[in-house]
Amino acid sequence: MRFLVFLEHNGGALEKGALGVLSKAAALGEAYGVVLGDGASELASGAGAYGAAKAYASDAPELASPLPQPRVDALAALVEETAADAVLFGASVLASDVASGLAARLDAGLNWDLSDLSVDGDELVGKRAALGDTVVVDVGWTGGPRLALVRAGAFDPVESGGSAEVESFEPTFSDFSTLATLVEQTQEESSGPSIEDADIIVAGGRGLGSPEGFTMLEELAAALGGAVGATRAVVDAGWYPYSTQVGQTGKSVAPKLYIACGISGAIQHKVGMQGSGTIVAINKDPNAPIFDFCDIGVVGDLHQIVPKLTELVRARG
Amino acid sequence: MKIAVCVKQVPDATVHKRIDPATKRLDRSGEAALNPTDLNAVEEALRIKETQGGEVVLVSLGPEKALDSLRKALAMGADRAVLVSDEGAVGSDLLGTARALAGALERESADLVLFGQASGDGDGAVLWSAVADRLRRPVVSQVAALTVEPGSVTGKRQTEHGYDIISAPLPAVVAVSDAINEPRYPSLKGIMGAKTKPQETLSLADVGVDTGSAGEAGAKTLVLELGPPPARGDTITIEDDGSAAQKIVDLIVEKKLI
Repeated sequence: MRFLVFLEHNGGALEKGALGVLSKAAALGEAYGVVLGDGASELASGAGAYGAAKAYASDAPELASPLPQPRVDALAALVEETAADAVLFGASVLASDVASGLAARLDAGLNWDLSDLSVDGDELVGKRAALGDTVVVDVGWTGGPRLALVRAGAFDPVESGGSAEVESFEPTFSDFSTLATLVEQTQEESSGPSIEDADIIVAGGRGLGSPEGFTMLEELAAALGGAVGATRAVVDAGWYPYSTQVGQTGKSVAPKLYIACGISGAIQHKVGMQGSGTIVAINKDPNAPIFDFCDIGVVGDLHQIVPKLTELVRARG
Repeated sequence: MKIAVCVKQVPDATVHKRIDPATKRLDRSGEAALNPTDLNAVEEALRIKETQGGEVVLVSLGPEKALDSLRKALAMGADRAVLVSDEGAVGSDLLGTARALAGALERESADLVLFGQASGDGDGAVLWSAVADRLRRPVVSQVAALTVEPGSVTGKRQTEHGYDIISAPLPAVVAVSDAINEPRYPSLKGIMGAKTKPQETLSLADVGVDTGSAGEAGAKTLVLELGPPPARGDTITIEDDGSAAQKIVDLIVEKKLI
């Protein structure tokens, strides 16, 4: 099966989530990477190391801003040229819009929020937890091209040490695709990995008591090499930025370790983190729902426990 | 300014949602409500109308009973509702849904089409982009603040990395985030008046969609199998007696997470 993998990039590096999808595609069949935007050719040459047999690149000026519609034009042309059986995306705000626009353009089926992919004979099968992760659904496509959005953190990038031939291409753009324009872009300062990329997430909710409580979580996250996440309640309250929001109207994440501090575990939050490997919960309320779906739950004062935890982790060096 | 707001009836938050094993579709027989995040889109439309004048039209796809939920948005202040309801649309995936909505939106030729964030049942957060492609209009999504000027819109899009300010000429499609506003509650007068506001039901043929390109027949995705979620291991709950931090570290070391 031939896969096209949309390789999103930010700040001069390919996104870890997209590289994970690329490695998975390479394990399942023939994987071609696609890099669009400024610096595409250079970034594309790095895709071989994660399993791409070939990488397509375009740095057309229409692709300079992170806007979805010109990317739909570019991918639609490549799907035709490569006769790809499937187009895969690591989920993000941008990738979701690109995938959906491409589905309409090609009249192709799109499955989203997939936590796994496999090939059964000559069919692709996706796995998706649905309805608040109360059911797992195997989903398929009636034919090609098959489009798939993969949940953040579902696959780890695997360095294969290969190299990819880079082919530059010049897409043509639809009249309406270039009407939206980027006026201004603000990147939030962040020292560690983003929550999509992190293997470890330390997340905070109302139980922190105040925005200052996040400083403590940042210290623990830094000691663990992880990222800080937040619940919708505290994002709405302005305690922490939206880009860190985990849950139904934020990100779905699946890190190897999720440490929930002062988070009750409402269903809206649960759906965004339940796929995590190991879940540690710290909450002073013994009846908090999060204690029903964690691996280890601690009933206690997070203001005592978290700093101690940070110290112990630091002490391990 | 004519604003169309795409809204959807979903199972009420209090209903235990289940997938019917026979049809492999969501069981929609229980209590239903308007998708909560769609209310943010309705609210934003009403605020634009309040400052600029015009009309707010609700556009939806669903069973006849979806009109009950649309009335909540009419009670908030929307002017009228258009529901595409057709046996042939049952089982539509993204493609059929986008086709039907785009067909209804073409008839309205609104200056601005608004969507709410992810629906409470499908969790796709993808529909607007497919609809925009069918309408051949610019799209801006995940918008936490919106400015409407004559002939253009400017939205603040939340992203993984911060935010982008994106501008697009009208007509355009905009998907708002639930951070954009706090939806109003309908007034008693609004509730009383909602029933008599125009509510139109259209078939797929009315919106120019062929049988076969929507519903199960037009779907390009399918559900192969339903299974239980992977079981989590045992949950241990301990009271902190001062040693909890050490126990957490022991666990994560044992699992080789650090």
